[in-house]
Amino acid sequence: MGEELGRAVSDPDLESLGLKEEGLRDLFRMMALTRRADLEATALQRQGELAVYPPLAGQEAAQVGSAYALEESDWIFPSYRELGAAVVRGVDLVEYLHFYRATWHGGTYDATAHRFGYVSVPVGSQILHAVGYAMGAKLDGASLCTLAYFGDGATSEGDFHEGCNFAAVFHAPVIFFCQNNQWAISVPVSAQTVAPIWRKADAYGFPGVQVDGNDVLAVYQATREAAARARDEGIPTLIEAVTYRMGPHSTADDASRYRPASELETWKARDPIDRYRERLVRAGVADDGFFAEVEQEAGAFAARLRAGVIASEPRPVEEMFAWVFAELPEHLRRQRQEVLGD
Amino acid sequence: MKFREAVRAATVEVMRKDARVFVLGIGVPDVKGIFGTTVGLADEFGADRAFDIPLSESAVTGICVGATFRGLRPIFVHQRIDFTMLTMDQIVNHAAKWRAMFHGAHPVPLVIRAIVGRGWGNGPQHTQSHHGTFAHIPGLKVVVPATPHDAKGLLIAAVEDDDPVIYIEHRWLHEEDGEVPDGYYEVPIGKAAVVRAGNDVTVAAVGPYVGEALKAAGALAGEGVSAEVLDLRTLRPLDSETLLASVRRTGRLVVADADWGPCGVSAELLAVTAEHAFGALKAPPVRVTWPDSPVPSSQALEPGFYPGARQIHAAVRYTLSRGASAGLAGSSTKPFEGPF
Ligand SMILES: Cc1ncc(C[n+]2csc(CCOP(=O)(O)OP(=O)(O)O)c2C)c(N)n1
Ligand SMILES: [Mg+2]
Repeated sequence: MGEELGRAVSDPDLESLGLKEEGLRDLFRMMALTRRADLEATALQRQGELAVYPPLAGQEAAQVGSAYALEESDWIFPSYRELGAAVVRGVDLVEYLHFYRATWHGGTYDATAHRFGYVSVPVGSQILHAVGYAMGAKLDGASLCTLAYFGDGATSEGDFHEGCNFAAVFHAPVIFFCQNNQWAISVPVSAQTVAPIWRKADAYGFPGVQVDGNDVLAVYQATREAAARARDEGIPTLIEAVTYRMGPHSTADDASRYRPASELETWKARDPIDRYRERLVRAGVADDGFFAEVEQEAGAFAARLRAGVIASEPRPVEEMFAWVFAELPEHLRRQRQEVLGD
Repeated sequence: MKFREAVRAATVEVMRKDARVFVLGIGVPDVKGIFGTTVGLADEFGADRAFDIPLSESAVTGICVGATFRGLRPIFVHQRIDFTMLTMDQIVNHAAKWRAMFHGAHPVPLVIRAIVGRGWGNGPQHTQSHHGTFAHIPGLKVVVPATPHDAKGLLIAAVEDDDPVIYIEHRWLHEEDGEVPDGYYEVPIGKAAVVRAGNDVTVAAVGPYVGEALKAAGALAGEGVSAEVLDLRTLRPLDSETLLASVRRTGRLVVADADWGPCGVSAELLAVTAEHAFGALKAPPVRVTWPDSPVPSSQALEPGFYPGARQIHAAVRYTLSRGASAGLAGSSTKPFEGPF
């Protein structure tokens, strides 16, 4: 990383975070659960239990650190890769994975209960939803912010630029959280954009922050500050978390065909979970007993996930007709009859 | 040759013939090369004639339109047609309109290749057809090849055409094998093909439903029903001449379209028939289309969503049972049970 990190925030002082020891350990727990759940989901796809899955391994600090920094009333608008943020929000991962098992073609978890929007695959689209929700909150006089997750590739979409500009003009309380994981499928970030991502914020007139996305505490701190700015002053922030997608784009992709093994090795040495474990030990906040406990919890978490996914059945055919319109129109009723043969 | 290889072969032909042709899109130079359709293009023609783009579908469409101003002939490829929805301003408000708006001074020889998927985790936003959406717009041409032969000939014709052409490929056809002539040839845009001659009923089909219609026609032949199968190939401009000539002869029409029915190409075919061959109809025409609901992802839901040969067969049977007697020799009246 070095110079290209510019104003990157890294290794913040523990005291400055306002996190109790329990919170510091909690962050580790969630990263560990995320890693295990992610590996399990990848394995489930390989075994034919999921149709497809986009792994996030390597991005745990970026996701957990940012989601954990929000208040419960703040909303998250994910793309398709934010299983780690879903873990923080307590979303039932079996329900989350229905989408990837293709048991149903949308979210089946309760987005409102978790303030966690639905998986959004059209790249960048969720950014606008985050701005819209924030606008709504502002009009209602509610004190909350929204956080939109998106990738480096998404910063080339009009939705990103238009969303940023709108939020700035209307003082919408939004955090634009870019996980720059260096790749958009097989397109490297160097072919995506020339200017550093965080600096694009200058064009819209709000702060841009680059943060070491593999340092969970740095991510936490940057997000907390951005959230306060958003809620209290209506100032959006663009956060670029510099991280790495250690796995393929999705289980349908083979990253070794387009990127050098040495790159992966470099980033493996910066594994966010290993790094944070060392940090906790150094600070005397966690010991072997704690890590063993987390290990066990993660194993059980993954096992429940596996059992739940395998047990989940596709939704019944009649549901294909159920929610197209608020009321089932006559022609659709007829089509349903034709399909069901009743 | 496979359908996807035919798409690539056509691209190679046009790029060799005309240095103004270039190919761009997300994944074009990727190792997988858009399901193999763009593999090796960058090697043969250089990275400035076959290249990847930032994730900016709308902007890139406008950039292509701008490039046509200089006489270039872009082929913009979309792995999923669903994301052409991001590009509608540049296609509908610009590419489709420039020729007319500027008194013919600015044709837009742009080709949009868009692929229709099936069977992935995100049906509603990844596996729509949308050919009807485009076919509604004056100024656009829309082609949907059903065979490797036409995949090559229609792509060459699309690039040769001075109007914007939306070239739609169904992923389900990419692995289909068929005869493909060597070299440069065009399949004319605006011409349907009679792929099976018959007298009792006309089955007009789009893309992947041509194969399904042929299967149904084969079974019907065994029951003494002679079905004529049309491969529409071009949806805009529609070859109403071929359609009407057939319907005037058979008096019965079944349309099999890989799309939703309302306001779609199937509706247009019925309208054209009602307007121009009303007197020839012996029974109400029937449409076989997708249910009017988002495309599902689940394999458990797909069979209920995608009609096939069985539904086309049933639709033919239905038209035959309605209206004036078809006078068919030995046609069976018992419910059909196979072979699908
Ligand atoms: C509008 C749109 N265009 C293309 C795609 C196909 N696609 C899916 S993910 C992706 C790459 C996105 O990269 P990035 O924004 O960096 O996010 P990452 O996958 O790295 O998390 C592409 C091109 C899509 N889903 N939506
Ligand atoms: Mg990325």
